[in-house]
Amino acid sequence: MDDYILEMRSITKTFPGVKALSDVSLAVRRGDVHAICGENGAGKSTLMKVLSGVYPAGTYDGEIVYDGAVQKFGSIRDSEHVGIVIIHQELALVPYLSIAENIFLGNERKGRGGLIDWNKANADAAALLHEVGLDENPVTPVGTLGVGKQQLVEIAKALSKDVKLLILDEPTAALNDNDSAHLLDLLRRLRDRGITSIIISHKLNEIVAIAQHTTIIRDGQTVETLDMSAPDVDTDRIIRGMVGRDLESYYPERESHPGEEVLRVEDWTVKHPTQDRFVVDHAAFNVRAGEVIGIAGLMGAGRTELAMSIFGRSYGRYVEGRVFVHGREVKARSVSEAIDNGIAYATEDRKKYGLNLIEDIRRNVSAAALGKLATRGWVNGNEETKVAEDSRRDMNIKAPSVSSIVGKLSGGNQQKVVLSKWLFTDPDVLILDEPTRGIDVGAKYEIYTIINKLVAAGKAVIVISSELPELLGICDRIYTLSAGRITGEQPVREATQESLMKLMTKERELAS
Amino acid sequence: MTRTVGPETNETPAEVPDAQQKALHAGTSDLRELLARNLRQSGIYVAFFVVVVLFAILTGGTSLSPGNITNIVLQYSYVLVLAIGMVIVIIAGHIDLSVGSVVALTGATSAVLVIRHGAPWWVGMLAAIAVGIAVGVWQGFWVAYVGIPAFIVTLAGMLIFRGLTLQVLDNISLSPFTPEYQKVSSGFLNGLLGGNGYDAFTLLIGALAVAGYAVSGFRTRVARIRYKQPVESFPLFIARVVVVAAVVMYFAWQLAHARGLPIVLIILGVLITVYGMITKRSVFGRQVYAIGGNLAAATLSGVKVKMVNFWIFVNMGFLAAVAGIIYSSRSNGAQPAAGQNFELDAIAAAFIGGAAVTGGVGTVAGAMVGGLLVAVLSNGMQLQGVDQSIQSVIKGLILLLAVAFDVYNKRRAGSSR
Repeated sequence: MDDYILEMRSITKTFPGVKALSDVSLAVRRGDVHAICGENGAGKSTLMKVLSGVYPAGTYDGEIVYDGAVQKFGSIRDSEHVGIVIIHQELALVPYLSIAENIFLGNERKGRGGLIDWNKANADAAALLHEVGLDENPVTPVGTLGVGKQQLVEIAKALSKDVKLLILDEPTAALNDNDSAHLLDLLRRLRDRGITSIIISHKLNEIVAIAQHTTIIRDGQTVETLDMSAPDVDTDRIIRGMVGRDLESYYPERESHPGEEVLRVEDWTVKHPTQDRFVVDHAAFNVRAGEVIGIAGLMGAGRTELAMSIFGRSYGRYVEGRVFVHGREVKARSVSEAIDNGIAYATEDRKKYGLNLIEDIRRNVSAAALGKLATRGWVNGNEETKVAEDSRRDMNIKAPSVSSIVGKLSGGNQQKVVLSKWLFTDPDVLILDEPTRGIDVGAKYEIYTIINKLVAAGKAVIVISSELPELLGICDRIYTLSAGRITGEQPVREATQESLMKLMTKERELAS
Repeated sequence: MTRTVGPETNETPAEVPDAQQKALHAGTSDLRELLARNLRQSGIYVAFFVVVVLFAILTGGTSLSPGNITNIVLQYSYVLVLAIGMVIVIIAGHIDLSVGSVVALTGATSAVLVIRHGAPWWVGMLAAIAVGIAVGVWQGFWVAYVGIPAFIVTLAGMLIFRGLTLQVLDNISLSPFTPEYQKVSSGFLNGLLGGNGYDAFTLLIGALAVAGYAVSGFRTRVARIRYKQPVESFPLFIARVVVVAAVVMYFAWQLAHARGLPIVLIILGVLITVYGMITKRSVFGRQVYAIGGNLAAATLSGVKVKMVNFWIFVNMGFLAAVAGIIYSSRSNGAQPAAGQNFELDAIAAAFIGGAAVTGGVGTVAGAMVGGLLVAVLSNGMQLQGVDQSIQSVIKGLILLLAVAFDVYNKRRAGSSR
């Protein structure tokens, strides 16, 4: 009989308006490395949050059986108490505290009188560091370590809690090849010691290399669980499972008549703002008038970073590369210069970076081109209202008036406000980062229609999206990005989800 | 996480607007709805009204006597001037703790030139303004271009400029100023068109102010109707103008029967009008709100955040210098300890007047009412002979309640989403 350490049965989790998980089941054998695969937004992280108690029992349907008993976790503390430890993609370490302090944070090694016994803490930490193969002094501040080493500290921290089931969310996304190999090696050693791991990863070769079983999740549902020792299971097999859905959402028809080149990017290379690694590596692409190009890439591929760095160098450290708009080289060192040169960028997270949520539609629409409404520094409020009214009508923004507060609109309407804002800057090329994330199908269709209208008017549009069907539905050409490199370019009629996914998961073997 | 954005309200806005829009265009006469729609702003006016009436009753009318009204204006004008600059600083999400010291330093500079070196009054004032702007440049540089939090920069400034004040004054008070200099704070335009006991000029200015308010209000209204924006119903508009006119004319009448129109009130009136326009209608003002509302979004919309932050502090320095001139003129000299705690009064005025601790929200008008509320409260308590210690406690409680009200409102607004 199989010995399962964990069984999640029929987990259903709904957020207001969205079913994030629908009847998902997951069974993990004791002593396995079990991989979970799926596209961005498929529900992997949500599932892990249900498991670890971030979403407490009662906020979801279904049951969790761990170590033979039904568990109802009210918080992360509860799940950690029974030995389930989750390591998030964004590491949860305090940079100014030492390795030892981080390892025992919230779990302090107390000595006499409730005071912390630092000698014991540091000695214990040193032992744990040895276990994970990290050769560092426990008193070193964590912030001085590289990401790979920080990851190891996280694992050491998990070990200090007597972990039985270790969950790693995208552990190697930010690591270089060496660190990744080291980490996978460590997982194997932990497995030999009887620690079960669940690993969420986009790097399929790693999964093939390390996992015994792989569960594929798609659109909030379990698709299948693959036995990785079966002969025909390889990365292609996983990809088929990940994308195997029909194009159930629909896309408005558009005739494509690309004109002359509007934007060309050459050799674009950008470093991480603080770490010494390339986030965008010699990227080159172009887009023509009346054309929609897509940029496909998995989480951490550098899509947003590529767009933001082109948009007035608002991300990272510029290394080299050139940008041409209408054949003329543009050196935009600030956002306002980028806007002046006809580039617009609608951000991925509209609430955080795109909108002033406490202001009304009018002021958000005018925010990026206030100068156009002003004479000698004074804004013509009536003109501003008119512009906003026009946008409200053209974009079909559903709000009582243009003085409605943007924070109270639905996601789709907020996105239309963002688009209105950028259209009012009258750009030549419009970069849309995840333009339909978190909005419902009807509003998505409207956004696609707006994009079609823009290209019909001769604009060039770049769409960054995690949803491959969306890219296939609205683009003329699609570039794939992996680890900061453009790994492929396909006209949409030649591209399939499988072909794109293959290019998106193509890793450094290409480079090295 | 982005899921909570969801399509939740997609249906409601689709159906509500038509009905709602019709109601808006027809004008809303329901006073309750109007108050509710802008509870935060109206709350402060209501509170102000209540405090004024309360003390009028408690003091048997003394608090509204011509002499006392004049007194309030003279006594709190410099705090109001500071509050204008402070509310802009706060809207942008900063704070300025140094203004009290800057008031002292600018006043001291002026006093040294005018009193010790016998320079003309206007040289002293220009020097004070120059020093104020220099202070603003200094603090703006650190906040905007080096990226030090304003709390730290201005806390340092508070110490630095207090120390410089002591240096400039050699640690002794200087006094008195020339009569021209004193006029800034204690001069009156009186008898220009009037006879004994009352001043027609004051009434005329009051009438002009009311006319200006009515005309600009009407033009805004017409423009809003032309652009199909919701407006209040016409009777309500008239009622609003009449109420404002009555208040202003009563105020002018009382002033005219005291000593006339204080010069400082003219300065204050000009500053409030100009800065009201700047915050509401200028590109700069808009960018201040954008930065305070969402710094990242403002940056990614091409707002030159550093430059805007820089000028916010230069402006604060300028207004602190104006306040320094008024204060030195009123106290007829410069003291090493001048202006202590002024920053706290100005900050309190801004917050009581509806500015949000998180930035992005606030108005000059609100800050003025907030400042006046504290002024009337202090003045009323003084008239009632309330102990200084109790006054301090009450002022503190008012500040706390005002911000608590703001937080409560926001939470309610948030949950109704």
